Amino acid sequence: MLSTRNVNKAFGSLVVANDVSLDIPRGARHALIGPNGAGKTTLINLITGMLAPDSGAILLGGEDLTPLASEARVRRGLARTFQVNALFPRLTALESVTLAVLERDGDASKWWRGLPAFRAAADEAHAILDSLAVPAQKETRELAYGQQRLLEIALALATRPRILLLDEPAAGVPKDESRELFRAIERLSSELTLLFIEHDMEVVFRFASIIHVMVGGRILVSGPPAEIGRDARVREVYLGRTQRAAA
Amino acid sequence: MLGSIVGVLFDGLAYGMLLFLLSVGLSVTLGMMNFVNLAHCSFAMVGGYAAVWLTGRAGWPFLAALPAAFIAGAGVSLVLERMLYRRLYRASDLDQCLFTIGIAFMSVAAAAYFFGTVQQSIDTPRWLEGTVAAFGMRFSAYRLFLIVASLAVAALLVWALERTRFGARVRAAVDNQRMARGLGIDVDRAFMITFALGGGLAGLGGALAVAMIGLDPGFAFTYLVYVLIVVAVGGLGSIGGSLAAAALLGISDMAGKYYFPWLGAFLIYLVMVGLLMWRPAGLFGKR
Amino acid sequence: MASASAFFAGQVRWHAAEVAFWLATLLPFVAAPSYLSLASQIAITALFALSLDLILGYGGLVSLGHAAYFGVGAYTAGLLSKHWLGEPLTGLAISALVAGVVGYLSSHVIVRFRHLALIMLTLGFGLLLFEAANSTSAITGGADGLQGVEISPLLGFKFDLYGRTAYAYSLAVLFLCFLACRRVIHSPLGLALRGIRENAQRMPAIGASSRAHLRKAYTIAAVMAGIAGALLTQTTSTVSLETLSFGRSADVLVILILGGAGRLYGGILGAILYMVARDQFSGVNPQYWYFWIGLLLVAVVMFLPNGVLGGASALYKKRQ
Repeated sequence: MLSTRNVNKAFGSLVVANDVSLDIPRGARHALIGPNGAGKTTLINLITGMLAPDSGAILLGGEDLTPLASEARVRRGLARTFQVNALFPRLTALESVTLAVLERDGDASKWWRGLPAFRAAADEAHAILDSLAVPAQKETRELAYGQQRLLEIALALATRPRILLLDEPAAGVPKDESRELFRAIERLSSELTLLFIEHDMEVVFRFASIIHVMVGGRILVSGPPAEIGRDARVREVYLGRTQRAAA
Repeated sequence: MLGSIVGVLFDGLAYGMLLFLLSVGLSVTLGMMNFVNLAHCSFAMVGGYAAVWLTGRAGWPFLAALPAAFIAGAGVSLVLERMLYRRLYRASDLDQCLFTIGIAFMSVAAAAYFFGTVQQSIDTPRWLEGTVAAFGMRFSAYRLFLIVASLAVAALLVWALERTRFGARVRAAVDNQRMARGLGIDVDRAFMITFALGGGLAGLGGALAVAMIGLDPGFAFTYLVYVLIVVAVGGLGSIGGSLAAAALLGISDMAGKYYFPWLGAFLIYLVMVGLLMWRPAGLFGKR
Repeated sequence: MASASAFFAGQVRWHAAEVAFWLATLLPFVAAPSYLSLASQIAITALFALSLDLILGYGGLVSLGHAAYFGVGAYTAGLLSKHWLGEPLTGLAISALVAGVVGYLSSHVIVRFRHLALIMLTLGFGLLLFEAANSTSAITGGADGLQGVEISPLLGFKFDLYGRTAYAYSLAVLFLCFLACRRVIHSPLGLALRGIRENAQRMPAIGASSRAHLRKAYTIAAVMAGIAGALLTQTTSTVSLETLSFGRSADVLVILILGGAGRLYGGILGAILYMVARDQFSGVNPQYWYFWIGLLLVAVVMFLPNGVLGGASALYKKRQ
């Protein structure tokens, strides 16, 4: 479904992506882990088009996305959430998601018909928010942090993606709430392909079918949780971590 | 023919150097804090009026009035920064624009109130009046002085930036403010000092400007446009960029006025728009 | 889901205060007939401010050169009446079209930039047009203004010194443009603009072409500004370089901020406050007028960042 082929990116002498090749098949749930500064978010930025690679290609469903701008990739079914909330502070949750739906339908440029005329879009937005238990009428900046993280996901879902890239969806969320969050993610359609970045190993080992370990811009190793848990190199990278990998 | 070209180049360079002094402070402070200070030329005005008053009423010699103008500009900018500007560092572009335009408006009114709306003139020393002979042509002594002094200032600034510890801090803050703070650099203090220096240089520029382009309360806005052009075209935070852009602008303006007087300032604005479209971050800007 | 659509429908509904306001605009005809000329000036300025609100208050584009489109409209109307046809409605339509074309073309460049580059570009563009008009004085009259502007009666009503026709005309046009603006604000494009203003970075991530949206809004704003300029020419039978000046761009910015940007009525309120104040203090030396405007700007930014309307709405929320 989604592949990166030999993607390279460097800022001067700082190499942030080193010959990264990944394959994520349709419907799979993959995790991307690694220490801070390993280049995980950078990889997401490269995949979504926020950054242009120095060399290599990004393929979605066989189609080469590399020459396309971010918004074009979204329209091809590639959606992402942000590690630090990138929301619309003064728009209500409903307005934000409705906007995303309208953009998807190509209606966002219309200026002559009023918003009430776009019932289907508003209803769909409302449904998405309900399924994630986010209050629709509240302004984004008035939502609780956990609800904002869910709104991040709602916005991405509104674009009807084929693959969803989640950048630390539970970042900054307390342990008990993050469980809720991941349960919500679990409920997402099984047809939806997922790649998520996470630091919470318990969550990673429970949800991911394949784990990619990234260190210093390079993919160190990829494999099912059991293998990764036993891998000596991974243990070394995570030296000092008290979390026991699920065997 | 050659004579007129050299003459235009010389006068243009002198004008450009003046613009450099007026602009360099704004360029560096914009690069450091991204703070849009549209009242920058008011500092120049303060320096100009200070010099006029000191040499006129108080009978000071011209060369003594110059550092005084620098101090006046630096002082006013320091007070303004400490008391008002620092609350607006996180404000939007628009708010910063409006606030500083408001300050500029007030400075114009204040200047008119205290000094009237007449064009000011300044007494320059005898050895700066008249011309200097070189290569079979005569060059204005004052403009020569202006060029030499400005280049000296530029050299001093570059030296300070490259060789002193303070300069290193400034460069770090311009490059990446968050990182600089993370390294323990007191960015706010560095900015305050840089801001004061920039204001001082503007004040110096204002004082030097009187004999060449005149001074009246409208100065704060008339030359603001040119200063903004220098900063935008030269690139934020770049001394070399400011120098190059100022020289380019000064010479283009002189050449335009001399060879295509019917175009007016049209040429300058066209060049600016074109340059910005080609390089939005300026000729030497980052990003 | 009734509540979803109901939310949006609630935003579009006319409040009683709005209806009252528009009815009140008819008052000057009976209550202050000697001020009708001022009233029509206010209406024109309000329209101009409204056009700026669309791109600045809703789209987040800081423009220091919006007078460019105002001036284009003004000069087009003037030149049309001088050389061809003095009929106001035709002139208005053509001026709107010309301003729209200029706006559309310039928008391709302008919406690609932010921050200082955007400020400089809009400033530069405005100054360019000003200088162009100044230099081509054979056509535009240069610094002396355009001579020979002759406006025919509007639907049989002459533009006289009493200003009745002028105010009726300006008010009607303002109201119609306001309705159009209101429509845009409450449309998908309006929502998209607000999205761009709130978080321009997020827009591509939801599949939005921000630049296309901004170009559309910018063109609409240019059309409205051009209409305002044409109105000025037609109601005063003069066109001066001032319509293209930085001063006019700065004034409209002050007016919009004063009233409150991004609130639909901010420009109108700001125009009323500013023009009435200027009329009252017209005897004062212009230097001192700018002192108070400067102080006002400083005070607004520090204490009333959302303008008078913003402050009023904050007060209202506190009371609840």
